Amino acid sequence: MKDQRLETRVDTQTIKIEARKAQVYYGTNHAIKDVDVDIMDKTVTAFIGPSGCGKSTFLRCLNRMNDTIPSCRVEGSITLEGESIYDPRVDPVQLRARIGMVFQKPNPFPKSIYDNVAYGPKIHGLTRNKAELDAIVESCLRKAALWNEVQDRLNAPGTGLSGGQQQRLCIARAIATSPEVLLMDEPCSALDPIATAQVEELIDELRSQFSVVIVTHSMQQAARVSQRTAFFHLGNLVEFGETGQIFTNPKDPRTESYISGRIG
Amino acid sequence: MSLGLLSIILLVLAVAGYVLGRRKAVSQVEGDIRKLHSLPPFYGRITALLTAVPAFFLIAAWLLAQPLFLENKAISLINPAELPAGKSAQLVMADVRRVAAGLNMLAARGEDVTPLLASPSALKTALNGAGVVLETEPTPSTLAATAALRDAGKTSRLAMTIAALVLAVAGLAFGLSRINPEYRARNATEQFAMWLLIGSSLVAVLTTVGIVASLLFESIHFFQLYPISDFLFSATWTPKFGGGSSLGILPLLWGTLYVSAIALVVAVPIGLMSAIYLAEYASKATRAWVKPAIEILAGIPTIVYGLFALVTVGPLLRDYFAQPLGLGNSSSSVMTAGLVMGIMVIPFVSSLSDDIINAVPQSLRDGSLGLGATPSETIKQVVVPAALPGIVGAVLLAASRAIGETMIVVMGAGAAAQLSLNPFEAMTTVTVKIVSQLTGDTEFASPETLVAFALGLTLFCLTLALNIVALVIVRKYREQYE
Repeated sequence: MKDQRLETRVDTQTIKIEARKAQVYYGTNHAIKDVDVDIMDKTVTAFIGPSGCGKSTFLRCLNRMNDTIPSCRVEGSITLEGESIYDPRVDPVQLRARIGMVFQKPNPFPKSIYDNVAYGPKIHGLTRNKAELDAIVESCLRKAALWNEVQDRLNAPGTGLSGGQQQRLCIARAIATSPEVLLMDEPCSALDPIATAQVEELIDELRSQFSVVIVTHSMQQAARVSQRTAFFHLGNLVEFGETGQIFTNPKDPRTESYISGRIG
Repeated sequence: MSLGLLSIILLVLAVAGYVLGRRKAVSQVEGDIRKLHSLPPFYGRITALLTAVPAFFLIAAWLLAQPLFLENKAISLINPAELPAGKSAQLVMADVRRVAAGLNMLAARGEDVTPLLASPSALKTALNGAGVVLETEPTPSTLAATAALRDAGKTSRLAMTIAALVLAVAGLAFGLSRINPEYRARNATEQFAMWLLIGSSLVAVLTTVGIVASLLFESIHFFQLYPISDFLFSATWTPKFGGGSSLGILPLLWGTLYVSAIALVVAVPIGLMSAIYLAEYASKATRAWVKPAIEILAGIPTIVYGLFALVTVGPLLRDYFAQPLGLGNSSSSVMTAGLVMGIMVIPFVSSLSDDIINAVPQSLRDGSLGLGATPSETIKQVVVPAALPGIVGAVLLAASRAIGETMIVVMGAGAAAQLSLNPFEAMTTVTVKIVSQLTGDTEFASPETLVAFALGLTLFCLTLALNIVALVIVRKYREQYE
């Protein structure tokens, strides 16, 4: 499925996460079949596909969030910088600190704005004193383009913000632990177009520091923010390549049908 | 006419109202129900409601008011000169009521009671045979009052029956007269249902007001006989029915708070932790049997807990803690009652908290776990704070339950009112003293009995304050949560 040009790019850029023959089962239901994906460092990778195609499921495998679902089972190999993340020696808690996640619905904790952002650094002991913590909170809120709106009310509850602000707060919270990869599960599905545009701009800026994986239902969004796109259908990875190529010159007829709106 | 028969007649009238109302509505549009504002059953329903509900309300109100009017009439017939020494007219009225009830019972069996009213001795024998035991033969004025009471009762019952039937028929006629195709029967039924619902909630509110009012009036009566400052600030509780008693609430209040505090110290950590285990860690199968098993604790009668305190926990604490530590040798102690009561209220804390913790959205847990927090960090920093309003509610419910508990205290902590810090000393609580002041054959006239109402009022204020605190806390944290 990958063309020659992609292969060469793989050689020049570092691979952050590599999945080979990844399978996911929910009980007896085979949700993800034989998925091979390389997530590049400092790149935005988009997962697109119709509802129920398994893109969110696969995303949740990358930081072992599926561990919280008892009936879920993952097979195959998924590695982060060459080390298997499903190795029994790997602590999923440490792993999730390295691979952050932003969810579909904004889910700020019932705490102040400050405490929401400071949550990760506090539990991981990333700061030595209050001043350092303050600095992290400020820089993360600035990166999330929220600082100007909330700097006067850092002690107000995070749940009191508007939907778009809440989602940017969740992004600030996720980048406060300085993860290496940021997983975003339809981060804009609950937002209006203006907030969406802000978040997309933010994703583009984050690319300079992290590798970002974003699941989205909006093909325009995938085309706007990502450099590489993976198309999932019925649990299979149909096509994976450069975003421009996927949208202008898809190899697989299913990809073409989906992009042109005939399936999905 | 008996109440049952009257009710059946009213129900029959209501059914008739339904059928007639429906039929009239349909016939007015000549069977084309599309021309009606509402579906035909609504016309039937509103007619039936107008027939039955006002009549039933009249019956309820009449039955509530009837005794007051009748007794005033009967009491005036009792000759004050005939009153036995030391008996008030009220006490004679109790006899009058019993005789009247006995006679009604005999009459219901089909016996002729007219000759009995003429001879007191025959009346006494007949009543004894019917299970109504009289100490003495009724005096002539008692008999006259009884007869008057029964007569007035009969008249009043007849008047009520007629009034109810008239009201029902009037309601039926009124309902039928309003039916025409434009009549909005559907909306009217809705309105009627709303007023019924309002009425039901008013019953609960008015009952509470009634309870508080009766407590308040009797307490005011008590404070006229006994100074309020002594009641509130005296540190001794020594009721003497001969008079000259000291009725200070402090030892009782201290005992209540001490026992409840121990109970909460036991129940809150255990209950909360088991709730967290059940909600966050236990598998579905485990939860399915552990939760009901804990809830069984709430179903055990308190007297059984009392036995457990008296026979097992009390001696155990005395032999292994109190005596070796030199803290006393009483098997009834605050500690005994507190521990056992704590076990009793565990399910109040755990079951409610479990439901509340379960209601915390999974997205919050995911958010925290996704940041690399461990499950226990997630619970401490995200789940429990989010569930806090509900947990506080659960704890306060447990607290009111502990404050109001009586049986465990009687059997576990004893009945000695004293102020002490030693948890292995016998103490007692407000509820226990309310019971002990009111049991026995006493008149409600001395401060020693009336104090029970003042104690009850204090207890009511205490739980009310707890509820207000709970409300304030819940409101404060809810803002953050939603």
